[in-house]
Amino acid sequence: MTFAIQFVIDVLSLGGAYALMALGLVIVYGILRLVNFAYGELIMVAGYTMFLFSGSGLPWLVMAAVAVIMAVLAGIATDYVAFRPVRAKSVTAVLITSFAFSTLLQNAALLFISPRPQTVPLPALFSQTVTIGGAITPLRNLITIAAAVILLALFALLMRRTVLGIAMRAAATNFTMARMLGVPANLIISSAFAISGFLAGVVGLLWIGRIGTVVPGIGLEPLLVAFIATVIGGMRSLSGAVIGGFLLALIDTTLNYTLSQDLLKFRDAFTFSLVILILLWRPEGLVKGPATGQRT
Amino acid sequence: MLEVVDLEVRYGAIRALRGISLTVKKGELVALIGANGAGKSSAMMCIAGALKAAGGSVRLVGEDITSGKPESIVRRGIATVPETRDVFPDLTVDENLTLGGYTRRGDAAGLAEDRAKMFALFPRLAERCGQPAGTLSGGEQQMLVIARAMMSRPKMLLLDEPSLGLAPVIVDQIFAMIAQLKAAGTTILLVEQNVAKALSVADRVYVMRLGRIAASGTAAEISAATDLSALYLGAEP
Ligand SMILES: Nc1ncnc2c1ncn2[C@@H]1O[C@H](COP(=O)(O)OP(=O)(O)OP(=O)(O)O)[C@@H](O)[C@H]1O
Ligand SMILES: [Mg+2]
Repeated sequence: MTFAIQFVIDVLSLGGAYALMALGLVIVYGILRLVNFAYGELIMVAGYTMFLFSGSGLPWLVMAAVAVIMAVLAGIATDYVAFRPVRAKSVTAVLITSFAFSTLLQNAALLFISPRPQTVPLPALFSQTVTIGGAITPLRNLITIAAAVILLALFALLMRRTVLGIAMRAAATNFTMARMLGVPANLIISSAFAISGFLAGVVGLLWIGRIGTVVPGIGLEPLLVAFIATVIGGMRSLSGAVIGGFLLALIDTTLNYTLSQDLLKFRDAFTFSLVILILLWRPEGLVKGPATGQRT
Repeated sequence: MLEVVDLEVRYGAIRALRGISLTVKKGELVALIGANGAGKSSAMMCIAGALKAAGGSVRLVGEDITSGKPESIVRRGIATVPETRDVFPDLTVDENLTLGGYTRRGDAAGLAEDRAKMFALFPRLAERCGQPAGTLSGGEQQMLVIARAMMSRPKMLLLDEPSLGLAPVIVDQIFAMIAQLKAAGTTILLVEQNVAKALSVADRVYVMRLGRIAASGTAAEISAATDLSALYLGAEP
């Protein structure tokens, strides 16, 4: 029983973080059909903002809010710097500019801060543990689960209940038609990048909370996780990305629990093999995207 | 209301529109007819801002709107119903209508009033309002896109082949609704393959052939023209 509780908490907290990462990537992909390779750097920006404010004496929550705002701004900047100038011209160009922007941000961190891990301030809460039904778990995991539940609910509300959310869903299936109804293209794209940055910022705080430090390459793993979860989920659908995130977390956690010490080093190889099996079984991903071609 | 002068559209080397000129006056219903590939849809999408003009100009109530962004053209009062219909299939009927009113999103009372008006005009939509639009039949989708376009209270409505692929009974219903919109004072530019239907509701008609206007006149004149089929089918006069 204790074991089961431990397992469920681990899956849900890792899955919550993965789901938020995937959602941040797919919100932009759904609208532009382009992967933002600089997505991981939004997490890096949040991390370094925390580091730079570490001596400021501000309350942690204020620093965290600033970090999230910086990630949002970096998201919007990605649109202006890497996407907007070349978006209309060529898909390949955007892939390259987003790669370039990612490298640029990483190198800026190397150059102006340091290649070595920098300590990020964490609230005392993050390091406390709690006991639930005999299972001992870091409070951080429960905070991650709560944050994921709240953000996913807010996100669903935004997408279903607000005109902006409805317009973003419409733009994801048929951008030109949405524009012909008066929905401004730039507003929709900037909003997608801002939401992406917001999710990356929050995820960044939770993700960095696990290790306590930030390095220039911190964004690579979240980008990879987000990408795989999105592919499993079907690339086009928001709910698919969330499901993909939780499924990937289930796979990772199961492997963590079952593989022997020697094999654990190769966990990612096992994970990817399973992902390949899933994709062989369902090449389109688990959830079909918005059905653009359906009866239109 | 709408003045198009020497409008040209190219797709790479293909010249789809080779300089067409037409006007639509306030309250008028003007039909644009012509064989497949004549360039009717290209003309409409260019007016709507979804295609860049390679030459010529489009004016709406005297203002130049040539090659404007689609979102600013609808804000200026031209609502477009493309040939491909383009309901948002995953959004409900209601959400589709909400987006139709995007340009007036501050005006909750006006939007509620217009929604009620559209449901009165298209009762079928009221029954289906919570359903994803992709599950509607072709005729219902056509009703939805017309209603959606009207939610912006356009000065002018562009309709591209509303009868396309619909059963004759449904075509009759759609045309009855177009006649009602016209009676309510809406200015309409209608592209149609169904010439008889188009002539029955239109005030004036332009006949297009190979990217040019081949003939124009009142609906009565065009109906009476003996060479209509020649113009329409593209034989040399
Ligand atoms: N995206 C495109 N790329 C290249 N050529 C195109 C494109 N769209 C249209 N054309 C060409 O432009 C010409 C005009 O097409 P358009 O769709 O405007 O005709 P139409 O009068 O609406 O025809 P229909 O009655 O079949 O709808 C055609 O010769 C067509 O092949
Ligand atoms: Mg056409």
